[in-house]
Amino acid sequence: MEVDLEAAALEGGYLLSSMHTPSPKRHEVYVDAVSDVSLKLRRNEVFGIAGESGCGKSTLIKMLYGYLEPPLVLRGGSVKLHTKEGEEVQITSLTRKQLQKDVWWNHASYVPQSSMNVLNPTMRIRDHFAEMFKMHAGIGRKEAYAEARKYVEQVGLPMDVLSAFPHQLSGGMRQRVVIAIALLLEPDLVLADEPSSALDVINQQIVLNLLREAQEALRNTLVIVSHDMGIHGVMTHRMTVMYAGKLIEIGRTGDIFEKPIHPYTQVLIESLPKLGDKKQRTGLGGHPPDLRSPPTGCRFHPRCPYAMPKCGKEPPEIQEVKSDRYVACWRYPE
Amino acid sequence: MSGEFLLEVKDVSKIFGYGFLGRVKFPAVDHVSFSMEDEPKILTIAGESGCGKTTLSRIILGMLEPSGGVVLYKGRNVHAPKSGDKAWFSKQVQAIFQDPYDTFNPLKKTETYLYETARNLLRLKDYKEASKRIDEPLNFIGLSLDDVKNKYPNEFSGGELQRISIARALMPEPKLMVADEPVSMVDASLRMNILNMFKDLKEKGGISFVYITHDLATAYYISDEIAVMYRGVIVEMGPAEDVLIGKHHPYTKGLVEALPEYSKREEWLRKRAKPPGMEVKEFLTPYCKYSDICPNRMEKCVTERPPIYNVDKVKVACWLYDGYPVETLQE
Repeated sequence: MEVDLEAAALEGGYLLSSMHTPSPKRHEVYVDAVSDVSLKLRRNEVFGIAGESGCGKSTLIKMLYGYLEPPLVLRGGSVKLHTKEGEEVQITSLTRKQLQKDVWWNHASYVPQSSMNVLNPTMRIRDHFAEMFKMHAGIGRKEAYAEARKYVEQVGLPMDVLSAFPHQLSGGMRQRVVIAIALLLEPDLVLADEPSSALDVINQQIVLNLLREAQEALRNTLVIVSHDMGIHGVMTHRMTVMYAGKLIEIGRTGDIFEKPIHPYTQVLIESLPKLGDKKQRTGLGGHPPDLRSPPTGCRFHPRCPYAMPKCGKEPPEIQEVKSDRYVACWRYPE
Repeated sequence: MSGEFLLEVKDVSKIFGYGFLGRVKFPAVDHVSFSMEDEPKILTIAGESGCGKTTLSRIILGMLEPSGGVVLYKGRNVHAPKSGDKAWFSKQVQAIFQDPYDTFNPLKKTETYLYETARNLLRLKDYKEASKRIDEPLNFIGLSLDDVKNKYPNEFSGGELQRISIARALMPEPKLMVADEPVSMVDASLRMNILNMFKDLKEKGGISFVYITHDLATAYYISDEIAVMYRGVIVEMGPAEDVLIGKHHPYTKGLVEALPEYSKREEWLRKRAKPPGMEVKEFLTPYCKYSDICPNRMEKCVTERPPIYNVDKVKVACWLYDGYPVETLQE
């Protein structure tokens, strides 16, 4: 199995200076959003990151992409990208400028949640494409327009999209444009953060299938971040579940859906309502912890139905319990 | 007589104007009729964003005047109340909104809103008595007044705050609750707790619900009846089982099949739906609004609006069911 991206012991979060504390001195608050995360992504796979809002999943993929804007800080760990040309790129040790020049779009692309935020509202869609061609392929405007027309036809978008401004397109169409731009230079790694959560189910299916087809054609790595377990169920080959900044389970999607191991994953899977099944489903008590002061030991222990004394004291390491299955829980391996 | 119904929505339309001086008319809700019998039930109005479901809920709540048609609550017109009806209605019908952080004033302590409800709606002047009335529904949702007191809304999680807003809605002992996307901002692990609470309130508290959502899976889980809306029109309505499993209307079928579920992985990845077209254009269509992207389109679909057919237990607005008895609006 070829490894595409390797993240080791990533540690990071948000450093905020608190203004409204009673003390006269401004003091700093650290939100521990990603804690000791190690991950290996393989070439030619769709990998899912699941978890509730505020669990650190978006922060994690920003770190994988090297998109560190204050207040987000990286406190440790490394991210290594293996390109298809056989190079090794250490994303965590590059500066913003170097990333923009050599890595982003060429080797790794990022599709954010809200597509409106990435398209320039004063530029027509064709100029978005043309700019990409000009910057990265070094061709002139006329040629770039011709290339853009060819490309748009190839990905199955309607031609009149090219002359439209972003606000004239529907949300679904805009998201498809953003995805088309992200895939333009055939990157090794595509990171999609909730690519369809602002869309209705029919547009969601169209957008996700576009991503999936592109992945199959390019045989690269696609990472999908979503709070919706249903999306992971249909889209991903392997997935991980995050809780309060930690990876708690990694495995093949089928295995996780058939037999979730971590108590939290079990709740996520079992509380999913399904059409045609009126079985009583229950959620969890309590609520996700405040990451400014996460619980000691296992971060899930205050809500865990199986918590033991040990769980409150020492954090469990994530370890292999079966082939290709990793769990961070003191109950495993038995 | 209409005394046996809890809620009747009769031929309700809402037309918004836009463009220059609002001269272009835009029907957000287009001749919608349904009724709820006076027994505890959960009716879901399902549809995607922009289908008019929130506009319809605001009309039911009396917050928005319809352009045509009437809404009757226990036989009394919501939008033309007789003296005394208004106070009575505002106790009988309560609303729960999508974002609990919007429901509460962020600058005031959470219990302020609860005491305001006690004072304004229940006319309880006495602090002790009011506290008692507030504590009861809070106990039902698994909290107590002491848990809530002296805390600001941002100190609660979304799920907790939504439960507090449900407790507030329970204070005047309503008969009907209108809940607009009440769990879409709540985390997955807490979502089912709130939905189970609705079921409990229906079964033990005798409260009826109008549950407004885009999420068909939760709709199936809690509702007795479901109405599917598309561009301001109810396209299919009936018992939840018959609508979501039977899938009579092509739009219902499209929605259900687009739901991502692990067990349907292979089919889901194969399916290629046509994306919905321009919203405004479809709202203004004089014939079937779904005809633009319908896989079953016939010639008739682009010339005439389909009537509502009674197909077994379900009402469907689609020409595919031509020949079934046509539903007529009773006056």
